[in-house]
Amino acid sequence: MRGITKTFPGVKALTDVNLAIMPAEIHAVVGENGAGKSTLMKVLSGVYPHGSYDGEIVFDGAGRKFATISDSETAGIIIIHQELALVPLLSIAENIFLGHETAKRGVIDWFEAFRRAAELLKKVGLKEHPNTLITNLGTGKQQLVEIAKALNKKVKLLILDEPTSSLNETDSNKLLTLLKEFRAHGISSILITHKLNEVMKVADRITILRDGRTVDTLDTSTAKVSEDRIIKAMVGRELTDLYPQRHAKIGETILEVKDWNVFHPLHAERHLIRNVRFNVRKGEVVGIAGLMGAGRTEFAMSLFGRAYGQKISGEVKIHGRKADVSSIPKAMAAGLAYVTEDRKTYGLVLIDHIKHNVTLANLDGVSSRGVIDDLKELAVANKYRKDLAIRCSGVYQTTVNLSGGNQQKVVLSKWLFSGTDILILDEPTRGIDVGAKYEIYSIINALAEQGKAVIVISSEMPELLGISDRLYVMNEGRFVAEMATAEATQEKIMRAIMNSWEK
Amino acid sequence: MSEITVQTEAKPDILRFVKAHIRDYALLLSLLAIMVFFQFTTSGTLFMPVNMTNIILQNSYIVIMALGMLLIIVAGHIDLSVGSVSGFIGAVAAVMMVSWKIDPFLSMFVCLALGATIGGLQGFFVAYHKIPAFIVTLAGMLIFKGLALTVLGGASVGPFPREFQLLSSGYIPDPFGGSFNMVAMLIGAIVTAVIIYFNYRERLNQQEHGLAEEPDIIFYGRNLLIAIAFLGFSFLMARYKGLPNVLIVMFALIALFVFITTNTTVGRRIYAMGGNEKATKLSGINTEKLTFLIFVIMGALAALAGLIFAARLNVATPKAGLGFELDVIAACFIGGAATTGGVGKVIGAVIGAFIMGVMNNGMSIMGVGIDWQQVIKGTVLMLAVFLDVYYKNKAR
Repeated sequence: MRGITKTFPGVKALTDVNLAIMPAEIHAVVGENGAGKSTLMKVLSGVYPHGSYDGEIVFDGAGRKFATISDSETAGIIIIHQELALVPLLSIAENIFLGHETAKRGVIDWFEAFRRAAELLKKVGLKEHPNTLITNLGTGKQQLVEIAKALNKKVKLLILDEPTSSLNETDSNKLLTLLKEFRAHGISSILITHKLNEVMKVADRITILRDGRTVDTLDTSTAKVSEDRIIKAMVGRELTDLYPQRHAKIGETILEVKDWNVFHPLHAERHLIRNVRFNVRKGEVVGIAGLMGAGRTEFAMSLFGRAYGQKISGEVKIHGRKADVSSIPKAMAAGLAYVTEDRKTYGLVLIDHIKHNVTLANLDGVSSRGVIDDLKELAVANKYRKDLAIRCSGVYQTTVNLSGGNQQKVVLSKWLFSGTDILILDEPTRGIDVGAKYEIYSIINALAEQGKAVIVISSEMPELLGISDRLYVMNEGRFVAEMATAEATQEKIMRAIMNSWEK
Repeated sequence: MSEITVQTEAKPDILRFVKAHIRDYALLLSLLAIMVFFQFTTSGTLFMPVNMTNIILQNSYIVIMALGMLLIIVAGHIDLSVGSVSGFIGAVAAVMMVSWKIDPFLSMFVCLALGATIGGLQGFFVAYHKIPAFIVTLAGMLIFKGLALTVLGGASVGPFPREFQLLSSGYIPDPFGGSFNMVAMLIGAIVTAVIIYFNYRERLNQQEHGLAEEPDIIFYGRNLLIAIAFLGFSFLMARYKGLPNVLIVMFALIALFVFITTNTTVGRRIYAMGGNEKATKLSGINTEKLTFLIFVIMGALAALAGLIFAARLNVATPKAGLGFELDVIAACFIGGAATTGGVGKVIGAVIGAFIMGVMNNGMSIMGVGIDWQQVIKGTVLMLAVFLDVYYKNKAR
């Protein structure tokens, strides 16, 4: 891949990225969240068709112009996404041959299908009958089915996006060994991962992306590459005045959580959040750092009226008193607010206008005996429109037509109007351009100055370092480190995450 | 990210305003067009006082159920059981009043409560067990169709006591006597005055806060049309027997539901829930309770419709209520409700019900067979929804 540049409306996701994969090599692509790894892979696999990006892709000595995913698959490039794309209620064999059925004139030859499926399963080392339903397999085995599916398509280059993020140690090792076997058979792999210890184990070469640019390509065979070297390259960026000045006036502890445990809502045996303890003080901005899938959102949502998970246990104290947060209305009454990371799905009623969205969480505040005072509601909406500088044609503008930053301000308005004093902001600047980010940071500062406690969950470490007073680092459902922002660095955070894995 | 900037400070422009609200008017205009069409094809029968009264009586129970169905559809659900439930309640009413000789008013009260309970039972499964409303109410449809048969023992039960019949066949009494019903005309005039007064007061309020978007000419024209329609309608009614009791009940319910949907927190929450259930839930709103509540309301309205229908026929038959749910659902969708939830207006559903009702009435007078009536009604439903979707997509 040469000189790949990909622009989204308002954001340059990739700038002049180069990536060269040799035959029979395992190539790791690393970088922070949002560095452009996934975008690059989507360009390579034809998810973004030729013409939607600049630059060229040369594969097997020929320039390629993939218009669809099936074009790239025909060429032998197969991508396995982080979220597995298997049909849960179909069998292994059915999934492997989905779209490429062993059929004559539309009639499936099941005997042949099972025979070949068994062959492929043997290659990937999965000891399951091809008739087994996907839903009965663990994530690790499902991953192997995905790989078997790829092998069936005559793969030459296998792309794995965070393949081990949901696997345990044994399964991860198995998978990595498999990649080495493939390498021996001439199949190259691109491994996208956050886990540098895995990278060190298997990768022949490592490409590091940062802010949509290739920073470095390291060869593990010629030079001794250390994790520190990689981390530095991943995060090496100056903190400039992207963040407004903070003058924190921190008061007494408002929220205290002890021994918080949460299990997966469907799979009761999966222990997602383990013994989390933390606290926030008045006027304080506390950041929760971590990689995607660390359990931050799950933690926040479980705290907010058990909106996520089951078998939740632990103690919550608000203003020093035990608080009941067992339902969303109760959590809100106790003073909690949760601003979701996915504002389109969980934050806004997109088909409705700003005014109705702003008052949704506190309709009682604009009504008496259940009858809404239209003018009062209007005044409230206009007040927040002005205070938060929501750019719109008027409060009757439908929220679906607003830009990301302004949508976020509408969601914030909703929670500010609800009058809660502990705000959990989950990825508050995701999908928002730089200018609007600054405004959101200023709002967060203003809130803290008013004496509210603000908890910010973010995958962008510079952001957390720029806006928070204190940081918790989360990994695999645990809080693995706590540090004052003044003493924190990106390296320290990364190190804390990596250490917790290696344990 | 591009900002959408629409200039609203500009002087209200009549044409632009009409264009922006064309969908609001299109429905009403369609109803008028259909009425005028049938006025000609039935050589003037449609607008005859006796026929207008008939249209009201024939459609009252559909309109009443459409009010509840609109809430259900706006919330993102559906209720297929309303026809069966109304038939079942009619049967229970007949057994109570005719066979057991229980006081008609007590019986009516018990029937409404029973309807609400049935709705609540279905709502319980939909709201708290997340079983799709389609399935729950499909089961309800079968169950209550069967129970109606059982209660009646397979035969028709009637006639009802006089007091109960008055629900459908009674009229507001006219103390003045004479062939022209002065009371009907008076009530018509008072209602017209009240509506126009409220419209005017709201307009003043809007103007005070610089919110009045509607150009003057359209505001006055709209109110003039309302006055003509209401007074003209009262005049027609007055020339026959006056205002049917059912009309009063129906009108009161329409007013109540318009108020609920536009002015109350409950109404707002229903729309929000239909628009985005997850976001609504995360805003601290008890969506389960809300869903349960609208099914209770639907059940009570279905019961009321069943009573009105039974009173009108003066007999409870095992076939009562058969297929009502289809007319009710069709009325909501013709009226602009969206299958995806979050969108729909009470007035739309009412007009939708009358579009269906006038077509039934007009085609029957013309002598169109029941077979072709179905074909034409189906086509109108398809066309109405298609146009709605088409223009919505185009507007994007």
